[in-house]
Amino acid sequence: MRIAVAIMILWAVLTGAAFAEETATAIGDPERGQKMFKKCKSCHQLGEGAKHKVGPHLNGIFFRPAATFDDFKYSKGMYAAREAGLVWDIDGLSRFIEDPRKTVPGTKMSFHGLAKEKDRHDLLAFMRIYSDNPQNIPEAAPTAIKVEVELSPEILAIVGDPEYGEYLATECTTCHQSSGDFDGIPGIVGWPQDEFVIAMHAYKLKKRDHPVMQMMAGRLADDEIAALAAYFGDLN
Amino acid sequence: MTLNRRTFIRAGAAVAASLSAPMVLGAGKPRVVVVGGGAGGATAARYIAKGAKGAIDVTLVEPSRTYYTCFFSNLYIGGFRDIGSIAHSYGKLASDYGINVVHDWAIGIDRDAHTVSLAGGDTLAYDRLILSPGIDFVDGAVPGWDITSQNKMPHAYKAGSQTELLKAQIEAMPEGGTFAMVAPPNPYRCPPGPYERVSMVAHLLKQKNPTAKIIVADPKPKFSKMALFQEGWANHYDGMIDWIGSDFGGDAVEVNADEMTVSIDGEVTKVDACNVIPAMKAGKICEMAGITEGNWAPVNGHTMQSRIDENIHVLGDATNQGDMPKSGFSANSQAKVAAMAVRGALTGSKVFPAKFSNTCWSLINTDDGVKVGATYEATDEKIAKVDGFISQTGESGELRKQTYEESVGWYAGITSDMFG
Repeated sequence: MRIAVAIMILWAVLTGAAFAEETATAIGDPERGQKMFKKCKSCHQLGEGAKHKVGPHLNGIFFRPAATFDDFKYSKGMYAAREAGLVWDIDGLSRFIEDPRKTVPGTKMSFHGLAKEKDRHDLLAFMRIYSDNPQNIPEAAPTAIKVEVELSPEILAIVGDPEYGEYLATECTTCHQSSGDFDGIPGIVGWPQDEFVIAMHAYKLKKRDHPVMQMMAGRLADDEIAALAAYFGDLN
Repeated sequence: MTLNRRTFIRAGAAVAASLSAPMVLGAGKPRVVVVGGGAGGATAARYIAKGAKGAIDVTLVEPSRTYYTCFFSNLYIGGFRDIGSIAHSYGKLASDYGINVVHDWAIGIDRDAHTVSLAGGDTLAYDRLILSPGIDFVDGAVPGWDITSQNKMPHAYKAGSQTELLKAQIEAMPEGGTFAMVAPPNPYRCPPGPYERVSMVAHLLKQKNPTAKIIVADPKPKFSKMALFQEGWANHYDGMIDWIGSDFGGDAVEVNADEMTVSIDGEVTKVDACNVIPAMKAGKICEMAGITEGNWAPVNGHTMQSRIDENIHVLGDATNQGDMPKSGFSANSQAKVAAMAVRGALTGSKVFPAKFSNTCWSLINTDDGVKVGATYEATDEKIAKVDGFISQTGESGELRKQTYEESVGWYAGITSDMFG
């Protein structure tokens, strides 16, 4: 049954048709889900060539037990959830996305959750397109992280001075714990440098919302952002 | 001063001495003494020790073995935290960073001999001294109140037993009783603090004693985040809080701790619990060291060095530095600039331009958090504001909840930044 549903959703997406066959129960609206995935993609990649970033990539997540990538360091809470038998089926994913910290206490995922069931199901309908299980979908459109701001190659090419970054980072660690722990403010340790740079420029240009971060990034020069990215990118 | 040959030689010798200071001290490691283990002092000690990797001897002098943060102590009063959750020890600073933690009172500073004397009789020598003593109260600031009244009318503006006492007194109020606060004049520690406290007292009373009343006598015509607090008070605690600013006689206050009365503009009210937050000044050790002008210790924002003695850095609430509010966040921010300057002076490590920031979160009611913040830079005159923001009235409940959750994250962040 699930296979049939997934195929139906896929077909609808690929043909651009937004309807559900009478015989199949769609779990949600994948087009709307694609828009909702913007909330996720600063940390998670999905689609062809997806890699682990701040969070693990989400290809093939359906029906996989929690915390199964050897090359990704999960929170202790997520390993504990795996021990407890958490599997990423629709119910497991839906519960996690509804309230991440309640479902998996100690998770590093700094997301407040989607309270509305429809939102969760639309998102899952979209994510499910990229799961090999039950259906292999090699042609799926890449949804690599869209650059939130257009940065010149010169800015992206700046090599940061980690020593300067270490000093500048002392301002960050008042809120973002240097251990990488998360208690209501996201961890930023080990963040890939290019994404760090893009995110900070997005705050600086006020294209990402958050008054504190817009203010903090607003007075950082390009080389200072690069220095911070270099420092946090190497920090374990 | 005219520059004659003698003064020139003396000045030259002083320069030579200061330049070669790290070498001369090579006989032993350079010594830093930090007085005060709060947001400024603990952070400075930790960052100096962490950065110097054993090249500097760091001693932290702090009388308390358990430190209760003033920030979030209002949340304890409101029932959102237990007292243990705002208590911290200095164990990791000693074990993980090699800091010599001395639980004693600093009672004197000899600026010529570069020594700090302790109440226990010991003397500590320093090459650089960091003073981060927080605040003390101005004598006679509130007529009828002195430090001997603090058990009847607690200030609860140094967290710990005073905070517990105040909460116990509020909880013991008779049904429909009156809680009064005497708010402090500017400048003082934690500008939104008294008003967050009023909110937390109201939250507590609303559950346990909903017909109780709150009177606030304020020597100021307006206060930090005023529109946000007043909106929150109207929304959550309608009719419970009577704020009397200086325009309405809030600056003409007298208290009687034995009679438990508060007189505001000549009108005497019998109260059941009373929180007196007097005018403040730099922690007494600054005055003893002779580095204060008026009530506060002036500092150079580039390095947080005292403007009176360059071998002393002063941090946090005790300073007169310019535009930053007196807050734990500010002290933590200033400590990092001072730590960098001290390491640069003593070991020649790289020194970067000073940057500062501050954000103050306040809780008005369950999941109703607000914040105000700014960034700052050092100019030759002062620490000057660069940019800032403040929460808006009428924000969504979801945003206010996020702001509160963010403040909880900040608490975990800053306390691990202070204590390791």
